[in-house]
Amino acid sequence: MSTATEHPEQIEHTEHADAHEAEHNGLSDKQYIYVALILAALTAIEVSTYYVDFGPFFMPTLLILMVVKFVTVVSYFMHLKFDNKLFTYLFYSGLLLAVAVYCGFLATFKFFLQKG
Amino acid sequence: MTIIDRPSTDVAVIGGAPTGVKPSEALGVFKRPAASTSWRDWVVTVDHKKLGIMYGVTAFFFFIVGGVEALLIRLQLISPDGKVLNADQYNQMFTMHATTMVFLFVMPMAAAFANYFVPLQIGARDVAFPRLNAFGFWCFLFGGLFLNSSWFLGGGADGGWFMYAPNSSTLFSPSHGIDFWTLGLQITGIASLTGAINLIVTVLNMRAPGMKMMRMPIFTWMVLVTQFLLLFAIPVITVALFLLTFQRSFDATFFDVASGADPLLWQHLFWIFGHPEVYIMILPSFGIISEVIPVFSKKPLFGYPIVAMSGAAIGFVGWGVWAHHMFASGLGPVSVTVFSMATMAIAVPTGVKIVNWVMTMWGGKLSFTVPMLFAIALVVQFTIGGLSGVTHAVAPSDTQQTDTYYIVAHFHYVLFGGAVFGLFSGFYYWWPKMFRRQLSEGLGKWNFWLMLIGMNLTFGPMHILGLQGQPRRMMVWTEARAGEGLFNFGFWNRVASIGSFVLGIGVLLFLVNVIYTHKSKKVAISPLDPWDARTLEWMTHNPPQEHNFDTIPTVGHLDEFFHRKYETDASTHSVKQVHSAEEVMAELNSHPDEHIHMPSRSYWPILLALSLPVIGYGLIYNRMLMAVGAALVLLTMFGWSMEPSTSPDEDFDPPAPGEGGGHTKELSPLG
Amino acid sequence: MAETAISHGHDVGHGAHSSTGLSNNKLGMWMFLGSECLLFGGLISTYMLYKGRVNAGPQPDQIFDIPFTSVSSFILLMSSLTMVLAVSSAQRKDERNMNLWLVVTALLGATFVGGQVYEFTSFYREGLGFTTSLFGSSFYTLTGFHGVHVSVGIIMLMALVGMNRNKRIPGDRAEVVELIGLYWHFVDIVWIIIFTLVYLIPS
Repeated sequence: MSTATEHPEQIEHTEHADAHEAEHNGLSDKQYIYVALILAALTAIEVSTYYVDFGPFFMPTLLILMVVKFVTVVSYFMHLKFDNKLFTYLFYSGLLLAVAVYCGFLATFKFFLQKG
Repeated sequence: MTIIDRPSTDVAVIGGAPTGVKPSEALGVFKRPAASTSWRDWVVTVDHKKLGIMYGVTAFFFFIVGGVEALLIRLQLISPDGKVLNADQYNQMFTMHATTMVFLFVMPMAAAFANYFVPLQIGARDVAFPRLNAFGFWCFLFGGLFLNSSWFLGGGADGGWFMYAPNSSTLFSPSHGIDFWTLGLQITGIASLTGAINLIVTVLNMRAPGMKMMRMPIFTWMVLVTQFLLLFAIPVITVALFLLTFQRSFDATFFDVASGADPLLWQHLFWIFGHPEVYIMILPSFGIISEVIPVFSKKPLFGYPIVAMSGAAIGFVGWGVWAHHMFASGLGPVSVTVFSMATMAIAVPTGVKIVNWVMTMWGGKLSFTVPMLFAIALVVQFTIGGLSGVTHAVAPSDTQQTDTYYIVAHFHYVLFGGAVFGLFSGFYYWWPKMFRRQLSEGLGKWNFWLMLIGMNLTFGPMHILGLQGQPRRMMVWTEARAGEGLFNFGFWNRVASIGSFVLGIGVLLFLVNVIYTHKSKKVAISPLDPWDARTLEWMTHNPPQEHNFDTIPTVGHLDEFFHRKYETDASTHSVKQVHSAEEVMAELNSHPDEHIHMPSRSYWPILLALSLPVIGYGLIYNRMLMAVGAALVLLTMFGWSMEPSTSPDEDFDPPAPGEGGGHTKELSPLG
Repeated sequence: MAETAISHGHDVGHGAHSSTGLSNNKLGMWMFLGSECLLFGGLISTYMLYKGRVNAGPQPDQIFDIPFTSVSSFILLMSSLTMVLAVSSAQRKDERNMNLWLVVTALLGATFVGGQVYEFTSFYREGLGFTTSLFGSSFYTLTGFHGVHVSVGIIMLMALVGMNRNKRIPGDRAEVVELIGLYWHFVDIVWIIIFTLVYLIPS
């Protein structure tokens, strides 16, 4: 049965067919490396908060960077940006439900008030 | 890699290198089981219809177990100073009664109907992941048996079905009952989660041509909503159960108040799961009666899109009301207000559904068959239970009712009067589809009326008992403190106990009916379309062959089957039958599909599921056994992942008549 | 998926004939990941609730070794890159590179798990046991669950390499690699959240 999966389209793929790949499967290998470099840079900023005092920006910086990294991995490495929207709906509905429910849960413990 | 070479014999024996099999085809430890008519076929089957029946039989067995537990509870309370059970046994009895009914009866019975009828209703040949489906069933069976094995190993769980901390810690419950409970539910949870993924993918991806989402039968819609609730609710109870297991088995401190823990953590996690769970139990029954009422009113369902969307709305809002189970726990005014309002809001879509059912019946040609009687009873009884439910949404009133029999009365009206009546309606409605014979209407009416009277006699008085202050889980009452006059505890407890036995006889009559229908020579084979039904599952044989449809129908309407039988006269707006069911089917099957190749039977689902209780027993008794179980899980998963979901043709036993060879379906290891 | 050679109208594994045109397996995997969000959400919330409750033993900021954890976080992040390279090699049918990147991914993952084992033992020596405090219990449970997920991922990667060598992967190999890739990336994004909420933001 494995023969049925060998489409001519895939056999034609070469390492240099970057533009073609970007349309169908996300990014080219080189672009993946760029994304990884960006992620590494963001991680470096995150870690720098440990050494440098960001003052009032400490928390927002970390939270924003966390979300940006998360969305980047999901969109590019997991191809969600290039894939069918149904996958996005399924995954993000779980994620947003989790965020909403557990924030509500922590709120009943007055978790967010303690922080100030 | 000798272990994974296929043996040359028919039976499941490890070893023996085959000759002449190309490496890419020699997959799996065992030779694939072949089709047969013996009991072995049920062990290795991946057919959604067989699995549906197995779900049903197992769930009904647990229904009887849970029912006996309930009768023992009522027997204890029938007279003052009851001596049937001691306090410890009583605690185990109500805990296991609720656990069994919720997790081992209502949920899997709904899964039985979903498994059997969703693929048929959407015109599919099987579910998306047939082996995963089989795995789910075996997880449910072994999880349920594991859970109930605690009765013979030192006593069942005794903390109430929601197992509040810190009462569930080893200090207050030193027996292994709660360990069995947490691990057993963990295993049945796997069944629910895999079932949810499976059914959602099936509904999204395997509809017949033309079967748009808004043309799906309403039962399929409600199952879809239910499976989404399961998909997202099961992981929450998984977390809670793990925390409790770690606390009891490894001395973690999660619910240890001395370490500063907050017992409310358990309550939140449990009810974040527990409230969607309530809708998980009721929505499939809503779906069943939304099929039954139109058929026996000879009218289309009133406001189909509204019924579908209100189901989805219930599913969504159901996530924002969990803390109404915790109004008495001191959440603070803001939380109480928010959850109180959300709870009142959720009554709206539920009320919408009730209006739709009533409007469907309004002006219809009603025929009061047994399935219709159960469906109408659901509308009435669920409304009563729903109204008492709204009184709980009012937080000040709820703080008076919490942990009284009023609550017990409420949830039995919605669960027994709602969910269970819906399931019984489904039994009577779909029995001829599944087993070719129609259950006796005469016995069925006795069954129905005894259950209806029994349930109202049992649970009706509990409203009074609760408002009089009888606490939930109270194991004994004394004549001296029962009070006097019409509202004394003694009288109403006796009524409730007598009612419970009437209810028990009613349920027993169902079994009598099943035996009578299948043993008596007088019961004729049911016609193809006994109820003049409206949906696709009736457009094939009774019972359907393994591949469901000879020809996959192309769907052009909601209620496709109805539209193939009937035509509307545009000038008079009257509807008249132009084709019989047999004619519709003959026309559909005039060009049967070629090359139908069904998924192949497999040993792996049952083997993988069998390794899970090994881990469970290991965790409780011997950590070495746990390692053995884990190793078994790993090995069976490897075996599973290397077996294609459909065996290649040369590997497959001669196909049944009518099934072409030719092509195979292909699934990755996940399937 | 493009048209396949299958002529009959009801093929399960491939998207070409399904109602949405998508693969069953991929839909199932994304749903599973959506469901996993609720699992890790519960564990993270439990930790957030309990991280400040230390009746005995060390406080979080007393024992966390941020430079060490930063390095292991970075390693796990880079394993996502190698995973995506394996997926794209698999889609090109470049088997050699696919195997290479899969092995590298598994090694990076193993390094991460090794780091976690080292971290756990050093925390234990500093007085933070599983039963020491609420912080201890919830910390080990959360990071332990994540570690188990990474380990399962490593087993799947190694199995994939082994099965591929023996030509024992049934079905569409590129899709299998992609599905395991999705799982692997998910485990990585969970760590992105844990790294920030647990390690970088002190109690």
